[in-house]
Amino acid sequence: MKEKLNTLTAHELQGLLSAKKIDAAQIIADIEDRCRIVEPKVRAYARAPFFKNASNAGLGNSELSFIPAVIKDNICSDGDLTECCSRILEGFRPPYDATVVEKLKSSGSFIMAKANMDEFAFGSSCETSCFYPTRNPWNTDYVPGGSSGGAAASVAADEAIFSLGSDTGGSIRQPAALCGVVGLKPTYGRVSRYGLIAFASSLDQIGPLTKDVRDSALILKIIAGYDEKDATSANIPVPDYPALLAKDIKGMRVALPKEYFVEGMDPDVRKALIEAKNKLGSLGVTFAEVSLPHTEYAVAVYYIVATAEASSNLARFDGVQYGLRNVEVRNASEPPLISMYKETRGKGFGAEAKRRIILGTYVLSSGYYDAYYLRASKVRALIKEDFDKVFKDFDMILTPTSPTPAFKLGEKANDPLNMYLSDIYTISANLAGIPAISLPCGMTKNGLPIGMQILGKPFGEQDILRLAYHYEQNTAWHKNKPSL
Amino acid sequence: MTYEVVIGLEVHVQLKTKTKAFCGCVNEFGLKENTNTCPVCLGLPGSLPVLNEKACKMSVKVGLALGCEPRQSVKFDRKNYFYPDLPKNFQISQYDMPFAENGSLDILVNGVNKKIRIKRVHLEEDAGKLIHPEGASFSLVDFNRAGTPLLEIVSEPDMHSPDDAYQYLTDLKLILQYLGVSDCDMEKGSLRCDANISLRPAGQVKLGTKAELKNMNSFKAVKAALAYEIKRQKAALENKEVIAQETRLWDEKKEETFIMRSKEEAHDYRYFPEPDLPLFELSAEELRDIRDSLPELPKERFKRFVSVLQISEKDAVVLVSSRELADLFEACLEIYKEPKKIANWLIGPVLSHTSSNVSFEAMHLTPESLTKVISLVEDGTVSNLAGKSILAEMIETGKPAQDIIREKNLAQVSDSCELGSVIDKVIANNKRSVDDYLAGKENALMFLVGQVMRSSSGKANPKVAKEMLTERLKKC
Repeated sequence: MKEKLNTLTAHELQGLLSAKKIDAAQIIADIEDRCRIVEPKVRAYARAPFFKNASNAGLGNSELSFIPAVIKDNICSDGDLTECCSRILEGFRPPYDATVVEKLKSSGSFIMAKANMDEFAFGSSCETSCFYPTRNPWNTDYVPGGSSGGAAASVAADEAIFSLGSDTGGSIRQPAALCGVVGLKPTYGRVSRYGLIAFASSLDQIGPLTKDVRDSALILKIIAGYDEKDATSANIPVPDYPALLAKDIKGMRVALPKEYFVEGMDPDVRKALIEAKNKLGSLGVTFAEVSLPHTEYAVAVYYIVATAEASSNLARFDGVQYGLRNVEVRNASEPPLISMYKETRGKGFGAEAKRRIILGTYVLSSGYYDAYYLRASKVRALIKEDFDKVFKDFDMILTPTSPTPAFKLGEKANDPLNMYLSDIYTISANLAGIPAISLPCGMTKNGLPIGMQILGKPFGEQDILRLAYHYEQNTAWHKNKPSL
Repeated sequence: MTYEVVIGLEVHVQLKTKTKAFCGCVNEFGLKENTNTCPVCLGLPGSLPVLNEKACKMSVKVGLALGCEPRQSVKFDRKNYFYPDLPKNFQISQYDMPFAENGSLDILVNGVNKKIRIKRVHLEEDAGKLIHPEGASFSLVDFNRAGTPLLEIVSEPDMHSPDDAYQYLTDLKLILQYLGVSDCDMEKGSLRCDANISLRPAGQVKLGTKAELKNMNSFKAVKAALAYEIKRQKAALENKEVIAQETRLWDEKKEETFIMRSKEEAHDYRYFPEPDLPLFELSAEELRDIRDSLPELPKERFKRFVSVLQISEKDAVVLVSSRELADLFEACLEIYKEPKKIANWLIGPVLSHTSSNVSFEAMHLTPESLTKVISLVEDGTVSNLAGKSILAEMIETGKPAQDIIREKNLAQVSDSCELGSVIDKVIANNKRSVDDYLAGKENALMFLVGQVMRSSSGKANPKVAKEMLTERLKKC
């Protein structure tokens, strides 16, 4: 084999394995080699990978036999450190597998590493990790995006075959775009959240980050489905996504929301999107401009709903049962319990986590609830209605994934509002609960990847995957590899 | 000045479900600390709650029994506050869309009928238990109870005396026991009651400032705490002091309430909809099924016992005061159609043997065994006295009545030959009474019958003995 196995996709490896052209042990060996070279530069992992897990893998002849998985550090795997890249979860080893991990394992896969992330998924650059920032494999001066920055970078740098991330406001799609890989956020309820350490329960979804669209379809098929342990998971049959990819896309109607293509948009991004549109047009897809009039409120609504839920979800990190406990007493007149809470949470959470907890606590406070949380919930319903209306006449919606390509480390780290705007194109899909995929569609002059986003109807993953697949088949962006 | 007392009660009852409210752990008490837990009830990161449908249906049932309007679409909310016994630092509860609202309970207090409105019935999860080892510088938490289903029943402030509150609690508990949804054992904590109480000058419309009373562990304690609080608030008002809105704890030993926290220290619970649980929807059909499954409630049963079965009100109150007793009564009636006789046996001899925590079945008291004893007495096979001792023996050993009669030789003697010699002896030994009788004192006859009973160790049939005595005495 001249090609290193770490550069291949899961479906390619599967083909080679079942044709007995490669030895399963070679997969992990090639990844280990690659990690040795690139991981010191990229730092995609929250801690050293555990290649030894390979020996437990390969349950029979399943779809992912012998193929290692990388999962974000907020997805629980039995006995493995799962710390959400936060000091407050120091030493936490869940005594159970997340449902997605169970499903991966029963498809023959195994967990190779936990990926670095913004602390509790609070961020768009992977800089708020308590460990270290992950760097963009295309240019290590740049951020990989976030919060699933490590998950995206590991795949882009070929030190992983595929990974699972979580997406609350764009946390899979934005880093996928910035790192030049495929990232899918499924419909809310398509994938069980059991075992995903919650950020915002009504927005979170787990999804795959992959090297191509076929892998995205394959991984989604494996992790999707009803789970009796997650009351919000949908009891809707899971289509055979990979089998539906090749179906013709001629005559598909795609909407272009005018609110997403505005003056002052990054010229490289605009150019890439126009070219992508033209390419799809040549494949028989029709386009029309539409309006999603409530788009301008999405970021505001998101930062109310998401922080409100986060403030409550993160309340459990108090030093009582697990993770960090700090019993330092600074004020002797204070009850020791209060000191423990304050010192533990004060030391355990980073600045962005504190900012969001305070914001969320504020919007839920008595006297403010109606003005913020309740109103935001109402606007959220309007945003969803916007999409419902468009989907009456269109099969899907095409937009950029991120308003800009990757930015430099530190560039927005001290400007939270500017950072929040990185997710301006991705947030609406979470608020509306609809599926969306980001895939590579160009490169900037500086050699950074650009991503486009396709949004679909609820439980219409097969449609957006299909459009993405046909685009990918007729372009070569996904074959670009960073030189590390 | 005279004051009007205004009381509202919040009652929490533990629901008797098989499993906890949001996970598969068993809903059981008395297990070793922290052995009945799972990632969900421990609130471990990543775990998610799944609603216990049985607990929901029980909640609807209680709502219906209290005359509430049930909701077909029910929402859960998070109540946020920090406490080490609360694993997630929020409690899954219900805020603005509870299971049921706007019901009422009619109570009878000192002969006066009062309607107490029920504001709401909602379901929530219980917390764990803190343990403070003596002398230790730390506390421990036992999470076995965490996540068990609690039903909160909130009344409107429609009670005006400790007696009202006591009666409301008694009637509410009885209804809950009839529904079979809870043990309602206050000492074990399966029923807890917080009381809101305020005073206002008689005639004033605006409510006074209330105090919330906690930590009462019996209905009597609720009554005592309210009585204490009335005195305290009245004295304060008369001294022109401002009553502070506060939470107070009842001290059982000192028999007084003391402040736990003031209004300023009260939590802002930051309620918001629980995003991990979809709305619980109940179809019209399911609702009808629950309605159909409601048992006859104590009040209706009481009315039927009085009007249809001709039981006295006094006895009917006793019979319906426990569903088990009333059920036993009706089961006996199926076999032996003498309501009054059964009632007398149940209320008299049977209840004198029972204690609240032993079931009739465990006492070998089945409808069959009980009616057997009654019919043996009624057909004259044994005397009334013997019947009672058979009952006692039966409860003790579980032996059938026939066996006890045989072993103890309790069968009543009606045979004239056998009785004749006893009667002769009694006449011979009681000259004075015989003379009295012959002199016209009818009472003396009863004395002589009594002597016959005693001489025969209670086995003589008193009716036959009396007839034979009269005959013999005519010859004297």
